[in-house]
Amino acid sequence: MASSTDLLYSEEHNLVRKMAYDFTRNEVMPIIAEHDRNHTFPFELLPKMAQLGFLGICLPACYGGAGMDFLSLGIVSEALEYGDSSVRETVAVHLALHALPIFQWGTDEQKETFLPGLACGDHIACFGLTEPGAGSDVAGIQTRAVCEGGDYILTGEKMWITLADVADRFLVFAKTQLDQGARGISAFILERGWQGLTTGTLEGKMGVRASNTGWINMQDVRVPAGHRLGEEGEGFKIAMSCLDNARFGVAAGSVGIIRACIDESVKYALQRKSFGKPIAEHQLVQQMIAQMQQDLDIGELLVWKAGTLKNQGVRNTRETSMAKWFCTEAARRAADNAVQVHGAYGYSDEYNVERHLRNTKSAVIYEGTSQIHTLMQAAYTLGMREDRPLRCPMPAYDPDTWQ
Amino acid sequence: MNVAVLVKQTPDTAELPKVTVAEAQSGELQATMVINPWDEFAVEEAIDLSDRFGCETVAISMGREGETDALKHALAMGVDAAVHVDERVIDGGDEWATAEALAATLKMVDTGDQVELVLAGKMSVDGNSSVIYAGVACMLGWDLLVNVTRIVDIVDGKLIAEQAFEGGQETVEVPLPVVISVAKEINEPRYPSFMGIRKASRVTIPTLGSDDLEIRPSSTTRWTDLDKPEPEDVQVRIFDGASVEEKVTQLADALMAEKVI
Repeated sequence: MASSTDLLYSEEHNLVRKMAYDFTRNEVMPIIAEHDRNHTFPFELLPKMAQLGFLGICLPACYGGAGMDFLSLGIVSEALEYGDSSVRETVAVHLALHALPIFQWGTDEQKETFLPGLACGDHIACFGLTEPGAGSDVAGIQTRAVCEGGDYILTGEKMWITLADVADRFLVFAKTQLDQGARGISAFILERGWQGLTTGTLEGKMGVRASNTGWINMQDVRVPAGHRLGEEGEGFKIAMSCLDNARFGVAAGSVGIIRACIDESVKYALQRKSFGKPIAEHQLVQQMIAQMQQDLDIGELLVWKAGTLKNQGVRNTRETSMAKWFCTEAARRAADNAVQVHGAYGYSDEYNVERHLRNTKSAVIYEGTSQIHTLMQAAYTLGMREDRPLRCPMPAYDPDTWQ
Repeated sequence: MNVAVLVKQTPDTAELPKVTVAEAQSGELQATMVINPWDEFAVEEAIDLSDRFGCETVAISMGREGETDALKHALAMGVDAAVHVDERVIDGGDEWATAEALAATLKMVDTGDQVELVLAGKMSVDGNSSVIYAGVACMLGWDLLVNVTRIVDIVDGKLIAEQAFEGGQETVEVPLPVVISVAKEINEPRYPSFMGIRKASRVTIPTLGSDDLEIRPSSTTRWTDLDKPEPEDVQVRIFDGASVEEKVTQLADALMAEKVI
């Protein structure tokens, strides 16, 4: 059976794949179920991922990154989420939602100041857009930034922020012009320890329990002007471009979940017997496994397509949205079927599949709900949406200058 | 002194049970092929020795044409060079023939200095014979240490190592050159770095064939039959009981009845 990894990816990518999957099997999978059970963050993985270069995998070497391409980011995301969504989320938030936006929109000085510490893991970073009263409706955020003496004073609250209580760098979005809607939003880089900045952890999550999810509170936090990312009023475009980065990781990670569900379901179906034969010989079980394989094959292609466009520096908002929408829904379907294949055992945390099912429910909500992606795709197809060129497009991958 | 490490490309351990008899007989395995996990310890030790003693390292593997994934992995981990030996040189031969081809390769490889130490994993996850390195030592006329858990030092042409045996451990000293099989206790293999991966993916690995190796491999053993045992029919029993103590008592009784304890 020809594998898409052989057809679509280079030898370099396949070596990355083996390394990342080895890491997941050796370092993540032995510990993650217990962290999920206890709702604890796997701090012990951070230095290991930093040392291997995961935290700056697709940043150029001149900024301390590993200088790999966006397909490699997808491969590592897939491998990490094969183990658990929480670990992939850490890379996605730190890199795709914080470091890459600085790489894309930052001044030379900001890149030189902020990126090396992020690439090597000395600093862990997060992204604060969602608020208690504004999620999909980004223009409705209430956090305010008032210019005062060359600095900005930020006041407001962010909610459902991955790594809120772990990170020491925060990319937050605030209104600099209250009456300008989305055009009145600006982006700022905040640092832990600044007066008025506090964070906390949210409890009681259904899934991704080994990830830290929390809130950021800002009470008159003074932010130097040099920490504003992009132009004033450019925050909405920056936020949307961030989502182009992060959604790619979510899509690739979902492929990892589907692969995990297939591996676990195949193993179980060949061992478990009912009515005198392995359940793998029952056609309705076969139907569920065939559906997972179909979703995997499609998902891999969509991720490869989006990653290839990113490497080429081509705007990929539509393709990345499609990959995220399809892959997260497919992963939820696969995890649901995997639990069904496992029967009562699948309903227990003795097996990984129930954890994947809980995790996939969050994936169809964050980084744009499935409903948002449905509307986006309809708008593209109906000619009601068109992506305009950005002032700062994400650079194409260039191995000569990135390595 | 330079170091050579013998590596084999084997099916991914997770996929090993799926390999069929027909695939094993034909050599056309559908499984994902990776570096033999035991050999990763040998590769790691070679790289560590390179750091400690400044020696050059070369990985050598015999396999089918173009089967270089294990060698690429070793390069990505950090060995300096790699050589592939086309398995057709032994014409379907056995372990003894393989050892003869690898020994001939070791005489040929040029790493700038003489290879005086050969490292290998203690076994392969597929063939499981644990004799190739012994055959290589025999062919070369070198000393052999097995199940080494630590290379203490290399000084004045001698190697001092700790090796484990059933129920104990001993420290031994042997003159170079020597062949060593390593146990998993010797180190913790590193993951390939991104820089190593880039380097490995760009390297063209030389292949040695019949024209390059002057050997006349003799095979004394051949497969006459190949069989795959049926998976054991495992019975699952779940003990009911009002308390943990009651369940444990039942479990202990059952284990004693089955003569497990």
